[in-house]
Amino acid sequence: MQEHSYIPFTEEMKKEYTILVPTMLPRHFELIVSVLRTYGYKAEQLRTSGQKIVDMGLRYVHNDACYPAVLVIGQFLEAITSGRYDPKKTALVLFQTGGGCRASNYISLLRKALARAGYPYVPVISFSLAGLENHPGFKLGLAEYHSMAYAVLYGDLLLTLVNQVKPYETERGSAEALAEAWTARLGKALGAGRKIDYKKVKETYREMIADFAAIPKREKETVKVGVVGEIFVKYSPLGNNNLEQFLVDEGAEVVVPGLLDFCLYCVYNNLMDFRLYGRGALKYPLVKLAYSFLCGKKRDLSDALVEGGFTGMTPFEHTTTLADGYIGCGTKMGEGWLLTAEMLELAESGVKNIVCTQPFGCLPNHICGKGMMKPIKERNPDVNVVAIDYDPGATKVNQENRLKLMLANARDNLHAAETAQG
Amino acid sequence: MAKEISEMNSQARRALGVDIGSTTVKVVLTEGDRVLYSRYERHLSQVRQKTLELVRGIEELLREEPFTVALSGSAGLGLSEAAGLPFVQEVYATGEFVKKYEPDTSVVIELGGEDAKVIFLAGGTDERMNGSCAGGTGAFIDQMAVLLNMTVDEMDEESLKATQLYPIASRCGVFAKSDVQPLLNQGASKADVAASIYQAVVNQTITGLAQGRRITGKVMFLGGPLHYCKGLVKRFRETLGLDGQSGVLPEFALYAVALGTAMYASHGEATTFDALVKRLEESAGKLSSGRDRLPPLFASEEELDAFRRRHAKATVGQKDITDYAGKAWLGIDCGSTTTKLVLISEDKEILYTYYRSNQGNPVSLVRDELIAIRRACGDRITVAGCAVTGYGEELIKHAFHVDAGLVETIAHYTAAKHFRPDVDFILDIGGQDIKCFKIRSGAIDSIMLNEACSSGCGSFIETFARSMGYSVENFAREGLLGKAPVNLGSRCTVFMNSSVKQSQKDGATVADISAGLSVSVVKNAIYKVIRANSARDLGTSIVVQGGTFLNDAVLRAFEKELGAEVVRPSIAGVMGAYGAALYAMRFEKSTLLSLSELENFSHTSQSAVCNGCANHCRLTVNRFGDGEKYISGNQCQRGLGIKTADETPNLFAWKRDYLTHLPSEAGKRGKIGLPLALGMYELAPLWHALFTSLGFEVVLSGLSNRKTYEAGQFSIPSDTACYPAKIMHGHIETLLKNGIDTIFYPCLTYNVDEKASDNHYNCPVVAYYAELLQANMDDLRSARFIYPYLSIDSRAALTRTLLPALSELDSTIRRAEVRRAVDRAFEAYDAYLDALHTAGKNAIEWARANGKRVMILAGRPYHVDPEISHGIDKLAASLGFAVVTEDSVANLVPARKTKVLDQWTFHARMYRAAEFAVQNPDVELVQLVSFGCGVDAITTDEIRDILDAGGKLYTQIKIDEITNLGAVRIRLRSLVGALDERKG
Repeated sequence: MQEHSYIPFTEEMKKEYTILVPTMLPRHFELIVSVLRTYGYKAEQLRTSGQKIVDMGLRYVHNDACYPAVLVIGQFLEAITSGRYDPKKTALVLFQTGGGCRASNYISLLRKALARAGYPYVPVISFSLAGLENHPGFKLGLAEYHSMAYAVLYGDLLLTLVNQVKPYETERGSAEALAEAWTARLGKALGAGRKIDYKKVKETYREMIADFAAIPKREKETVKVGVVGEIFVKYSPLGNNNLEQFLVDEGAEVVVPGLLDFCLYCVYNNLMDFRLYGRGALKYPLVKLAYSFLCGKKRDLSDALVEGGFTGMTPFEHTTTLADGYIGCGTKMGEGWLLTAEMLELAESGVKNIVCTQPFGCLPNHICGKGMMKPIKERNPDVNVVAIDYDPGATKVNQENRLKLMLANARDNLHAAETAQG
Repeated sequence: MAKEISEMNSQARRALGVDIGSTTVKVVLTEGDRVLYSRYERHLSQVRQKTLELVRGIEELLREEPFTVALSGSAGLGLSEAAGLPFVQEVYATGEFVKKYEPDTSVVIELGGEDAKVIFLAGGTDERMNGSCAGGTGAFIDQMAVLLNMTVDEMDEESLKATQLYPIASRCGVFAKSDVQPLLNQGASKADVAASIYQAVVNQTITGLAQGRRITGKVMFLGGPLHYCKGLVKRFRETLGLDGQSGVLPEFALYAVALGTAMYASHGEATTFDALVKRLEESAGKLSSGRDRLPPLFASEEELDAFRRRHAKATVGQKDITDYAGKAWLGIDCGSTTTKLVLISEDKEILYTYYRSNQGNPVSLVRDELIAIRRACGDRITVAGCAVTGYGEELIKHAFHVDAGLVETIAHYTAAKHFRPDVDFILDIGGQDIKCFKIRSGAIDSIMLNEACSSGCGSFIETFARSMGYSVENFAREGLLGKAPVNLGSRCTVFMNSSVKQSQKDGATVADISAGLSVSVVKNAIYKVIRANSARDLGTSIVVQGGTFLNDAVLRAFEKELGAEVVRPSIAGVMGAYGAALYAMRFEKSTLLSLSELENFSHTSQSAVCNGCANHCRLTVNRFGDGEKYISGNQCQRGLGIKTADETPNLFAWKRDYLTHLPSEAGKRGKIGLPLALGMYELAPLWHALFTSLGFEVVLSGLSNRKTYEAGQFSIPSDTACYPAKIMHGHIETLLKNGIDTIFYPCLTYNVDEKASDNHYNCPVVAYYAELLQANMDDLRSARFIYPYLSIDSRAALTRTLLPALSELDSTIRRAEVRRAVDRAFEAYDAYLDALHTAGKNAIEWARANGKRVMILAGRPYHVDPEISHGIDKLAASLGFAVVTEDSVANLVPARKTKVLDQWTFHARMYRAAEFAVQNPDVELVQLVSFGCGVDAITTDEIRDILDAGGKLYTQIKIDEITNLGAVRIRLRSLVGALDERKG
């Protein structure tokens, strides 16, 4: 059993410590950090990148640990040793799902790494809905989570809008710039500490969507490419060698399912735990409530997108049915059944080209990623999927070569479809 | 110029296709369906220059009329970007070409320098390329040829004479190498080894690329290696069941990509010879220097001189053999790639040294040297003792009647002590392996050997040097002067290959690559093998040795990386042999063959299969002129005709016996099969009792062997999964083949809760492998595969979760029946655990009564499978340990506190077993880790911490398909040696 000798984040620390948050989805996390600030935390998202992070990670983390652990811990250690922060007044936060994948152990790997680097006193906060650890100075209540849900929703909206506009913008960089401006504005709003008025939120959606719709665009032939996979390498440019940018540069429109889906997946797994095994009967009604709340919010967001002339999102309730006949919804480690379902969701919505990303040797993805490709291809012959492994030693050449193969086939299929339509 | 080009558009009849792979450039010029010109050449990493050269070589043809052009290939990507020329992905190009010109082809298998591709054309086009861990193919064959000391052509020739095949790990070059080397050392014939290497490539292609899709119909073989290696094609044809009609090697095998590229080019804009040459020339500056660079190894010539002077001091006295009279002692180090001999005088001065690459046959090499030594000694010098160490220890010992054999680690420590009596850390980087160990109070304290996946050591630099046309010495010398060494990271050779490729693309010089490789080797050793943070972690008195450290660039990189000065003895390359000679000084009279015996010495080797047990070990029988016989390849003593009164307790054997003898009885409800792999190794007693109680005849798939794996390898979708998972496919096939059409392997997110950990998960692979089997094994679709999501938290939970699946299986099954069966199941499981714990206790008591040590071979329950642990349990028992398992002793200590989140049932047992080892002085723990087990990245560090804190030695053994026990033997023997020394 785990020794509870970790350094708790105390209430006193809350006043003077800076809490560092790692990068994964920069805009989402910026908004989440804004929420934390609202509730009195001095939080800051690390926006660093570069080889130094990888080197630090390799130096202090077991090299067979998965790539995201190497990167996240490397990023923290680079920050702590950089002189930019006072190590005695800094805390780190890591998300911990408590699932059966080794990702739940990143936090102990981080603590070991800190000790080996000479900073055993730096507190590490476990940000966990499962309540795996106790940090008196870091207690999030319903209000906090409620605000964070909106941070995620706004983040997903920005992600979707940027992806749908970027390939067509006449002035390169305009979608990104607008997203940055909105992130700053939303951050201020979320950080202002006011109670969230959902009517206002929906108005904001519309305003954002109108802004992006107004960006000057041109007609362009693109292939749509979906990106799924292990959450960190799927989203983080640091983890995936700037995959999205590469695809856009190759003339693709990138489609990435949002972060809310992963949150919904975590909530849904609690429902499944009860349905399959009878576990968690007490919290079941509450979980069900949270589930329908989030599903509802996703629907509203999707409706706003469609209204504004953009492509909407697949309702999560529908996504849960897609893996049927492929993989059981009891597969809940890592991205689990959601990964399979997302590939099918993309295919169903017309995105036939898919990149499945994972750290090298990712255990759950043996099953729900690479393990499901055979039946997916058999039953959806037009799906063009490629699996890409990420690793500190893997070179871009190899990855890009495989992506180019996928893209060559994608373009072929596009032309074939056009010819067929006459 | 752009205008000119567009004006010429679509007028061109000719197309130029340029395929730039990892090692060669191929160009073709086509006109319609006609090939006007084709040529290929090795580019030795000078991609741009070589392409220009080839283009200039067809100047005349190209000047005749405008033409279109396109580039392809892994090294063509960068050049196309820099020169602004069209690019087409090579697999795509091949596919398009074959579809047009050979439309009846079903599957294309194309092997390149470092790539392997399979293109399925019939029944849905699907193109596959090797992933980042699939190892090279052409480069791999090249490396193997070097190992056999043959040219690729000679190796190919030889392979056709093979009479038998040895299993060689097919995952990557490094793995295969550690299988090939011992085979050679043990005297297996080169013909058989060559064919086995090809077979490994074939297996690799099938598991790595076909991934569950069967290769049938008309198969076309393309690419350089298949074009040149007839033996490889033969192995492919035999394995896939093809003949000359269905397995075709076309004339254009070498140029398929280039031809496809020309086809693609023809849709583009036309250009002229001058315009093309201009673009290629102008691209020179544009090739980005993507990889970051490191500071140079030496800032100035003075620094280099000072460095050389300092290291020149660590030397040992030499004496001319022709001047010396008296006693002398001989040390032989028969390593994996090199053989070393040292003869020393009574003053420990060196009389004679020898260091040479094995060239595949150490026996004749050693014989020649012994004759030379005997002759040089004459009557003046008496060889009073002789000792041998290294991979070939046993073979050489038997061949020449050497007095003693000793494990490498002890040999190296003995030698290092001679230079630095206070040595507390030794790092040895040889041709094949990295060994390092700490010395605490005069005894070897912890031993670390490189895992098979990171053994990018000496031979690795050698291979690179050769491939760039340099000797190792010159290559190293270049490196010393590299101004901006390339940062290549610290991963395995396979990754390094493509890193080097990329930096060449970026225009790095040979000097920068050589220096960068040295830094990588060092980083590999420090961060991957030793896992140190700084020099302080290693020790205060460090001795480095092994042939690789004779390379000054490596030595310098090591000192720089550590920020400390170390001692490198001038005889760094022969320290093992020197240590063996020092060790031999304990002898007064030697049994070593005399001169005449050596002159009449003869040696033959022959392969055979042992029929002593179901393992059917492939043996190599060595016979020597004097009637001496030495057999290798055996996992136990049986094949040697030695009857051992085998009463040493072995819990691995006990568990195998228990699980394979669960009583089976005919049942009213028919047969149900349980695959004995992964989680079934834990819960077989439970499921067996459950289904027996329900009236089924329960059939287990039995223990695995190599054939089990091969039977299922066609349907493995992820080649980086662990071996215990991959072998599951074979177990399913075994059941199906035996006519069992109802098979049960449940999904278990949670394992049994032993109330000793934070949570009780299974790892993702054990938990959900059934989903993968259902999705990927076509053969299962005609059977009934039952894999419900179950909870075994309690009898009630199991009854509830099991009932729906069972009623579906047989509608007559009632809840009451299930409840009763679940009761029986848990009773049987409890009885099994009781018996296991008793057996564990008995083993420990037996050891204590007989003065033996106890070894906990800690892994997962499925590691007891003989094909997974490859007889390591028997090896440990033969070294005098009573062997127990982690689960047979975990119950003897209470739940312990860990620093990690202790959330897996199987792993929690290992932490407790480690605690048990700490509490008992006569108990040692050796951890078995399956390659690819991500979870063990966490458990290994934690278990090491537990043992370190308790003052115990930590030993880890990584296992995979590899069947060679040589490295394991070194580790375990070193452990014994260290324990003996500690005891004093």
